[in-house]
Amino acid sequence: MTVPATPPAAAPRQQVLVLYLSTSALDAPVVGWSRYDGTGRTTPTAGDSDEPPYETGVEALLDGWRLFQAAQLIPPYPGHEYDVSFLKHEFLFERIVSSVAGE
Amino acid sequence: MKTKDMGEVLLTSAQMARFVARGSLRLDAVVPPEMNAEALHVLAEGVPPVPYGTAVSRAFPQGTFVHRLLELPQVAGALRSLVGPEPNVDHHAVHLREPHGGEAQPLHADAVIDVRPDAFDVQLMYYPHQVTLEMGGTLSVPGSHLRRTNESDTGRYQNLRGQDRLVCPAGTVVFLHHGLWHGGRRNDSDTLRYMFKIRFNPVVRQRLLWDTADLDDPQVLRELDAHFPWYEQATGRLERYQRILLWRELTGDATFDLDHWVTRVANRPQEDAA
Repeated sequence: MTVPATPPAAAPRQQVLVLYLSTSALDAPVVGWSRYDGTGRTTPTAGDSDEPPYETGVEALLDGWRLFQAAQLIPPYPGHEYDVSFLKHEFLFERIVSSVAGE
Repeated sequence: MKTKDMGEVLLTSAQMARFVARGSLRLDAVVPPEMNAEALHVLAEGVPPVPYGTAVSRAFPQGTFVHRLLELPQVAGALRSLVGPEPNVDHHAVHLREPHGGEAQPLHADAVIDVRPDAFDVQLMYYPHQVTLEMGGTLSVPGSHLRRTNESDTGRYQNLRGQDRLVCPAGTVVFLHHGLWHGGRRNDSDTLRYMFKIRFNPVVRQRLLWDTADLDDPQVLRELDAHFPWYEQATGRLERYQRILLWRELTGDATFDLDHWVTRVANRPQEDAA
């Protein structure tokens, strides 16, 4: 199967928002955030803002973002209960938007 | 404030505790203007490489710019306090960010995952000119250095609450713990940005190397108990736990604790009831 290199210009695109929350609850405060833009209109990157787009995960829902993945709750590995590593409470949201600016 | 050989200004216990909590130490404008001006030429020409693990005095002979940089009292004192006398130079590098050029680096810790519980390397970062927000100074995440992650596996994290986007005057030197999450930001200005980095490996046990006169000062506990806004509620407690263990190693005090965090979960009495 051949995949076209460039989808039709008017095809909808996905925008992704990743929120890291203080607890596993979706209404917990945001402690970190990342964005990826399938329209190419913006190029979010590391260290580009100090203020989160939303205060909680639920605020993103209220603004129209759709949750499509939440981090699983996995018990610590035996012997590593006190280790600190990646952020645990990661929530991925999407928004499907027009690829044409202003639509 | 205590000085050692050659006028070194050692760190205080409160400053060391702050480093243990934050994973970094910032010394604003400690390099004089004439050296900063010289640095722009020296760094543009490049600093000759040295083999990994070269003793600092052999890596940068007397009279060289870098030798003089490391002799500055506050720089020398901080280095000695953190890693001890005559550390080895792991490597060094001149980092350049072209005007309106380059991409932000993904958030990362240098080298590979490094979980030594009783030793750490430091990275000296020297900024010979003023760094503005637009120039994309180094992004770092206070209190991330004890997280067990490997290099750029943290690249998905673009922004964390309380992150530090470095803005500093000319002549600023920052020391980073080897595990601190950081990255060069995109340079959106018209100005070429320089940063000179040296990684140091200790060659002595890192214990009580600083000015310990204030070891029992309550400010030490306050620094070690610092909270950073990006910490998750539960993991923030584990961060204290990890700092306590590191402070025990640095001081040799195996009973040190903050709010009973470590003592409580280590309590396994073996005595039979009378």
